[in-house]
Amino acid sequence: MDRAHAEAADQLKTNIPDFKPGDTVALNVRVIEGEKERIQRYEGNVISRKGKGVNASFTVRKISNGIGVERIFPLHSPVLDEIIVVRRGKVRRAKLYYLRKLRGKKARIKEFRRD
Amino acid sequence: MKGLIGQKMGMTQVWDNAGKIYPVTVLEVGPCVITQIKTLETDGYNSVQLSFKDKKPSRVNKPAMGHFNKAGAPAKYITKEFREMSPLDKKMGENFDASLFKPGEMVNVTGTSKGKGNAGVMKAHNFKGGSSSHGKSDQLRKGGSIGASSDPSRVFPGTKMAKRLGGTKSTVRNLTIVSVDAEKNIIMVKGAVAGPRNGFIYVTKS
Repeated sequence: MDRAHAEAADQLKTNIPDFKPGDTVALNVRVIEGEKERIQRYEGNVISRKGKGVNASFTVRKISNGIGVERIFPLHSPVLDEIIVVRRGKVRRAKLYYLRKLRGKKARIKEFRRD
Repeated sequence: MKGLIGQKMGMTQVWDNAGKIYPVTVLEVGPCVITQIKTLETDGYNSVQLSFKDKKPSRVNKPAMGHFNKAGAPAKYITKEFREMSPLDKKMGENFDASLFKPGEMVNVTGTSKGKGNAGVMKAHNFKGGSSSHGKSDQLRKGGSIGASSDPSRVFPGTKMAKRLGGTKSTVRNLTIVSVDAEKNIIMVKGAVAGPRNGFIYVTKS
């Protein structure tokens, strides 16, 4: 590891579940509104994972009221309270950017089954 | 005025409690050994001379070694005088470490910027370059005219032209210290600092 990144390594989380592009994840995101803090749930498909160490991030895409929404989260951000893997997907790409062009039934991801 | 000599370790990022990311530069500062203390009576002004990073004694010439021996300090790579710096009751041969600075303080960091070689006007002075269309194919990165013709019959001094870029002293002012690790002699400052990794830097606060 880069010497400078090693100094920031104490910020790395240890409780991150194993998840991949294609998986459906539910995120508990901490939202600060004025003085109060609450947890907001954000659920969608992981369409990309990038970077390593403190720089690692991932993109979650969901369809909200018929409009595609993508949020990019730093993997080790303190804003992320919890990452829950809801469903494992079976995909043949590392980056699922092709989903942006697809709608409805075509934008589905096959579930990964180990039989 | 207080200051330390150090080395740039590189850049990384830290989060604050609200989840905001800040880019930080990690600096290894010290231990800096005091090799000379100048006073108003003997030298006409007050200052502290510090030295940083161990060097093989066999690589140090005799005059410099004599200077280190006089202070009771080991041979070092870099020596720098900080004017009007207080020695804080420390004597020659004793060390300053990163605890000289506190988190939240604003400091200036001086380094030597990366050399870019002989750079054209676009890189050196942010000129726009030429048009890539309208039949222009041979002047994409040129600066254009450098002045009028027979009057004044010369190019004005200071006209921006291609030059050797970088490799010069560069100070970034008012960087906030994010964290201080006195044990490892490491401080983190918010923002970027001139120079390559392992380049020598001076951290000062006026």
